[in-house]
Amino acid sequence: MAAAAAGAGSGPWAAQEKQFPPALLSFFIYNPRFGPREGQEENKILFYHPNEVEKNEKIRNVGLCEAIVQFTRTFSPSKPAKSLHTQKNRQFFNEPEENFWMVMVVRNPIIEKQSKDGKPVIEYQEEELLDKVYSSVLRQCYSMYKLFNGTFLKAMEDGGVKLLKERLEKFFHRYLQTLHLQSCDLLDIFGGISFFPLDKMTYLKIQSFINRMEESLNIVKYTAFLYNDQLIWSGLEQDDMRILYKYLTTSLFPRHIEPELAGRDSPIRAEMPGNLQHYGRFLTGPLNLNDPDAKCRFPKIFVNTDDTYEELHLIVYKAMSAAVCFMIDASVHPTLDFCRRLDSIVGPQLTVLASDICEQFNINKRMSGSEKEPQFKFIYFNHMNLAEKSTVHMRKTPSVSLTSVHPDLMKILGDINSDFTRVDEDEEIIVKAMSDYWVVGKKSDRRELYVILNQKNANLIEVNEVKKLCATQFNNIFFLD
Amino acid sequence: MGEEDYYLELCERPVQFEKANPVNCVFFDEANKQVFAVRSGGATGVVVKGPDDRNPISFRMDDKGEVKCIKFSLENKILAVQRTSKTVDFCNFIPDNSQLEYTQECKTKNANILGFCWTSSTEIVFITDQGIEFYQVLPEKRSLKLLKSHNLNVNWYMYCPESAVILLSTTVLENVLQPFHFRAGTMSKLPKFEIELPAAPKSTKPSLSERDIAMATMFKRFSCLSLPSSWDYRYGQLYVLFLRHHSRTSNSTGAEVVLYHLPREGACKKMHILKLNRTGKFALNVVDNLVVVHHQDTETSVIFDIKLRGEFDGSVTFHHPVLPARSIQPYQIPITGPAAVTSQSPVPCKLYSSSWIVFQPDIIISASQGYLWNLQVKLEPIVNLLPDKGRLMDFLLQRKECKMVILSVCSQMLSESDRASLPVIATVFDKLNHEYKKYLDAEQSYAMAVEAGQSRSSPLLKRPVRTQAVLDQSDVYTHVLSAFVEKKEMPHKFVIAVLMEYIRSLNQFQIAVQHYLHELVIKTLVQHNLFYMLHQFLQYHVLSDSKPLACLLLSLESFYPPAHQLSLDMLKRLSTANDEIVEVLLSKHQVLAALRFIRGIGGHDNISARKFLDAAKQTEDNMLFYTIFRFFEQRNQRLRGSPNFTPGEHCEEHVAFFKQIFGDQALMRPTTF
Repeated sequence: MAAAAAGAGSGPWAAQEKQFPPALLSFFIYNPRFGPREGQEENKILFYHPNEVEKNEKIRNVGLCEAIVQFTRTFSPSKPAKSLHTQKNRQFFNEPEENFWMVMVVRNPIIEKQSKDGKPVIEYQEEELLDKVYSSVLRQCYSMYKLFNGTFLKAMEDGGVKLLKERLEKFFHRYLQTLHLQSCDLLDIFGGISFFPLDKMTYLKIQSFINRMEESLNIVKYTAFLYNDQLIWSGLEQDDMRILYKYLTTSLFPRHIEPELAGRDSPIRAEMPGNLQHYGRFLTGPLNLNDPDAKCRFPKIFVNTDDTYEELHLIVYKAMSAAVCFMIDASVHPTLDFCRRLDSIVGPQLTVLASDICEQFNINKRMSGSEKEPQFKFIYFNHMNLAEKSTVHMRKTPSVSLTSVHPDLMKILGDINSDFTRVDEDEEIIVKAMSDYWVVGKKSDRRELYVILNQKNANLIEVNEVKKLCATQFNNIFFLD
Repeated sequence: MGEEDYYLELCERPVQFEKANPVNCVFFDEANKQVFAVRSGGATGVVVKGPDDRNPISFRMDDKGEVKCIKFSLENKILAVQRTSKTVDFCNFIPDNSQLEYTQECKTKNANILGFCWTSSTEIVFITDQGIEFYQVLPEKRSLKLLKSHNLNVNWYMYCPESAVILLSTTVLENVLQPFHFRAGTMSKLPKFEIELPAAPKSTKPSLSERDIAMATMFKRFSCLSLPSSWDYRYGQLYVLFLRHHSRTSNSTGAEVVLYHLPREGACKKMHILKLNRTGKFALNVVDNLVVVHHQDTETSVIFDIKLRGEFDGSVTFHHPVLPARSIQPYQIPITGPAAVTSQSPVPCKLYSSSWIVFQPDIIISASQGYLWNLQVKLEPIVNLLPDKGRLMDFLLQRKECKMVILSVCSQMLSESDRASLPVIATVFDKLNHEYKKYLDAEQSYAMAVEAGQSRSSPLLKRPVRTQAVLDQSDVYTHVLSAFVEKKEMPHKFVIAVLMEYIRSLNQFQIAVQHYLHELVIKTLVQHNLFYMLHQFLQYHVLSDSKPLACLLLSLESFYPPAHQLSLDMLKRLSTANDEIVEVLLSKHQVLAALRFIRGIGGHDNISARKFLDAAKQTEDNMLFYTIFRFFEQRNQRLRGSPNFTPGEHCEEHVAFFKQIFGDQALMRPTTF
């Protein structure tokens, strides 16, 4: 057990102070093998953001990264440099596929002060960014690209550099706008999955539903089931599910929330002849099944890229809060007839199931007692099943993930996590933060728990609250004291 | 029509008796199910054969005239013979009692005895055209004592020995039936009821014929806890079956069988109508709770199961035959005795012969051929005749010998060629588990009642009988699932879906799932490298916690590292596996973690110091060894007032090792005051 007092206090800021959050300066992807000779350097660059940058500067920046990586490799051949810290910015390197490098340059947060003579003075906060957080963001960029486009190598095989460049341009042009670097935190390191708590019987009913659907829609290869944006079942392997979950919960679902709330495209379709009334609808694919010209185009995703390399259509279908992802082999083209059949089979059953889950969930909630606002907030993550739970974060929106605690506390959590990474042993770290806050980090057999306490004049001994939390919230798992 | 198509058969070993002929009269007693062959009025011998006793009873009696009726009392104690319309003769068959005949004349003046029925080993009922007389036979005194009598005009009577009920036909139309129930010296009159006769042409007088009425008990209950009445409990439900012939005046499409339910208390009620959709000559049997209707014109039979869902019109339920009409399976008359040695080919037996006489519940007698058969239902052919698996299960679960057939249906629906869809499989599992749960509940209530000491106060409390319809997890596992998961050609998705469906069904009926089913799931998942699925199942506690399961998970750690965490979590939740947790941690060299855990649960005063010191030494981490050693020194100090280890702890080698590394002076000094 280690205790440390971190001076993460927030000093009194002058009224004239202005803060600028971290921002994306540039993002590029290159392969040094593509332009090994002088004068061909431009060929190395596969993607560069912002594109407006002058060609020579692009080449210079790429060359610099190449040099740094090469240079540091001499000191640590197995672990090449991951990031470069400078006063103004930080660069993150990632080599997701052999010789393909992705680089992300993030500007440090800035505080602009007024000097005595009224001139603005810019101060870069060099130590604010956490390497692990942004390295994870960079890795996530690749995973997301790969989910929708397959590997770089596959694109090269399919259509050479030209095709790869096209795909990168098409994907990252939009994706980089959704990065929101200012709100990245510990959860980006974990890249976890929030699981929906459910009793055994309802879970078995869902299993039964999935198996029946896969049987009657016999072209379905994998299925995933979510409720309230939380995962209940994944037929995909863990790593593929992790990134698909990220896509669903941060991009696809939020995009559909607003029309739902606005009451537009009301999903009750009683006018469908011979159909039971149900609330099912497609989130991907055809919007209106009655339109004979409706396009049945579904996003393609790539999974198991390490071995079987499967290309699939992603059909996302939702009824009330329950969403099912049906993944079918890309060689099969789902027709409008298939979509109608799916709608008529899945819609009614999913509607019933969704209300069952809701009912069961409310019963369980009532049984577990009235939810009093606890004295603490916590983040839990289990590396083994990627299960993540946070009472620190509010509901995710398409733009930002909101936290309910001060960014400084989030930074302490990140620091504790970095400490945990350095050693294999189980440990516990208690930190006294500013204004009566205590932060406790605990690591036990591949599980991590971070607790933020706010207790007036609490001392180290009173911070034992964490033990109580472990006893109540986590009594089902083996958590060492 | 293949041989596998016949679903009714005559029993293989019929009771054989001497054919009826002018000198040999044959009688059948429904109570004891015995056939009497009386030659020359008994003078040249009487041979009595029952279905169970293969040793016939033979005796002679004097020829005192034509025998009208002859029956043994229950347990063959007393023989009663009716030779005149006024008297019945008795003869004791009890050792040490006089075998001289004695006679009882009916009490009612000018009455004619229609017949008699034994209701116990010493109680007999005379049915006369003017009423009934209930007697007790006193064999040692060779006399009878009248217990009770009742006067009314009787056309004919019918006796159901299973329920000890006699039905008397009264009134001119013969269609008002008066039931009496007999039990241990008492006779009770039940409410009479009227059978609605079909409208007949005005020229003919309608009347109810004895031939069109049958009585049978069905659905013996096994649960001891819902006892509407002792009768229902002991004998099942008594039904009066009325064969209503097709009448040209009504627009019905054929003859019907009307079932009246005759409860122990309360009025008789018309409950079911079985639609025959044909006309002609019929005969009824009741076999295995099924009503069998034989049709002589087409030489076929149909079966009805009143437990299956029919069309309910608000008062009665209409049923159609469960299966298409089929003949009874062709039957070869067995050749016995020396004739079997010769190459004589067996003789096919004429089925649906006009010389057949049918008795309840399941007896067919051919007096001219000298055979008594029990009619039997063959379940295997029905499997292929009833395509609706849900209905098939409902049908099979009501049958006596259903277990192996049901199991084969289950295997069949999981086979590659005849694979059923998952909803069908789910339905079948649900039906099986519904029966299984009913039995488990009855068992549990029984156990609770016994515990509460009710067994003495309530003599009716009986252990629930386990019928063949109770298929538990071990049956399904042994006969169906274990073979099913072994099939290589089965897609694993289907295998897992089926296993999950069975587990879902068990859970739905709140039946605790046995760990071998969970092991089957794990084995299948592991075989196909579906570890992530396994992880998710465990995460939602679909596979219930148990020590065997935790150990199985531990063994999977080398293939799937998270299995270690899953196993430890499970052991923790079991809360009876603290020793195992310590062992697991020590095996992982997590000595400090093990010590902290055992201290956390307050067990650190009882653990073996040697075990922990051994583990600490193995880590080759001297500081760790120091820590652990010091911990135990402190424990010794606290418990015994001295930091030294006792010889019983066998820690000498560790003390020596400690001294060698850290020196003598590092040992803890005993605190002295």
